[in-house]
Amino acid sequence: MTIQEKAAEIEQEFSQFDDWMDKYNYLIEMGNDLPLIDEENKTKQNLISGCQSRVWLKARYEDGKIHFAADSDAVITKGIAALLVRVFTGQTPDEIINADTEFIDKIGLKEHLSPTRSNGLMSMIKQMKLYALAFKTKKEQNTN
Amino acid sequence: MASFDVHKIRKDFPALHQEINDRPLVYFDNAATTQKPRQVIDRITRYYEKENCNIHRGVHHLSQVATEAFENTRKHVQNFINASESREVIFTKGTTDSVNLVVYSWGEKYLEEGDEIIISALEHHSNLVPWQRLSKKKKAPLRIIPIDDNGELIFETFEKLLNEKTKILALTQTSNTLGSIIDAKKYIDKAHEYDAKVLIDGAQAIMHQQIDVQAMDCDFYCFSGHKMYAPMGVGILYGKEELLESMPPFESGGEMVDEVSFDGTTYNELPFKFEAGTPNVEAVLGLDTAIAYLEDIGIERLAAYEEELLEYATRKLKEIEDIRIIGNASRKTSLISFLIGDIHPYDAGTIIDKMGIAVRTGHHCAQPVLDFYRIPGTIRASMVFYNTFEEIDRLVEAIQQVKKMFG
Repeated sequence: MTIQEKAAEIEQEFSQFDDWMDKYNYLIEMGNDLPLIDEENKTKQNLISGCQSRVWLKARYEDGKIHFAADSDAVITKGIAALLVRVFTGQTPDEIINADTEFIDKIGLKEHLSPTRSNGLMSMIKQMKLYALAFKTKKEQNTN
Repeated sequence: MASFDVHKIRKDFPALHQEINDRPLVYFDNAATTQKPRQVIDRITRYYEKENCNIHRGVHHLSQVATEAFENTRKHVQNFINASESREVIFTKGTTDSVNLVVYSWGEKYLEEGDEIIISALEHHSNLVPWQRLSKKKKAPLRIIPIDDNGELIFETFEKLLNEKTKILALTQTSNTLGSIIDAKKYIDKAHEYDAKVLIDGAQAIMHQQIDVQAMDCDFYCFSGHKMYAPMGVGILYGKEELLESMPPFESGGEMVDEVSFDGTTYNELPFKFEAGTPNVEAVLGLDTAIAYLEDIGIERLAAYEEELLEYATRKLKEIEDIRIIGNASRKTSLISFLIGDIHPYDAGTIIDKMGIAVRTGHHCAQPVLDFYRIPGTIRASMVFYNTFEEIDRLVEAIQQVKKMFG
């Protein structure tokens, strides 16, 4: 599935809920499916800055695709991380670098896009794109 | 309290009457900034509609009107905090600016290598980081008065920290994170025994209690307008005249000068020496109106009501299972920092916001306080005289919702 298709799928899932509380409950549930980062990788290096809660993110590059693992000490933030990991995991660096993140707006989590929320949603996206860029650069260097 | 009509008072604050997430707003983030009464908003509008011009410059009518209003505010502030002279009142941008002025001006001149600075473990970053920088620059050690588990400063340790090298004590009067109220006078008198100067950060105190800088005998007193129902962008530095006279200017430019030539410049007298550039006139005039508003209600009256709010909120929150109140000082201002079981403050804050209640979550710009309790942050509900008991009930309801979702 492409990033767009995954995003559309998530949009569809969230559209079932009219109530914000149900949306949040679903987000919290998604957090339970997040591929967790190993405890030993919960290092300062993998910590994303700019979050009120702590978020750790790690990426692995395999057969041209990136796989993410994350965790957070706040449940809502963990749900948001799960959402992003679900969309971006298994994609190529180029797809991740060029992905737009409109779907977050569409599923009704718009307020989390504001940098003042400091829940790190924007920081998480930025960090995922940075990983993608780093893997791409490394790959190109190896090819040359 | 029969004599205190909160519903009548609430009518003065337009921002309180709106819906957030389809519920009537409950504004419990007053320690961050307070809402503004209609009177203050109207004062700003009137200034721009009728009086706008630069002050202390023109001989024309408007300039004289604005200058007079501006200088009357200075006298008003003087009376409000009982300073002995109006030239002891310096307009700044806010508390942070006031502290920085003292750090850069007084600190630059009077602090020498090996001298010591004392602050407390309760300080907001704005009364911590500037001193830390000065300490590093001057190689003047920074000493910290510790707190106990209740969030009270330990006076005995402070006495031990004091010595003949102590040059300044910079102390918050009220903790923005825990609500602890300090007996400032006791610390000031003790510091003066060692000839140390004392700066009091009154940012969280000025709107809750009557301040008398002469009775307190502090050397500097700092506060912000926006936390006392006035506009943002104006604050006050009070300083004893003799001390301010002896200090060099902080910022330089227009207004603060006497004579300027390319060979040199002589500086204007107090208070203008410390007020370079065009001031925030609208905010200063708004502050004038805000003080008048507070005087009209009476600080003692509103403080008594706020104490009732705190007492009610503390009782109601303690009834909820798993609530942990952070900060239990014997004297507290009307704010409560708390945690709900193991639920992250960010999660709790998000849901409380969804219920139409504005609380602050996080470290409240006072990270060392939270390090002491080994917690990542708290949820802070800070109340003032326009809040109601019903609003506290709404908070309790929201906390129950949080527990349902994350418990």
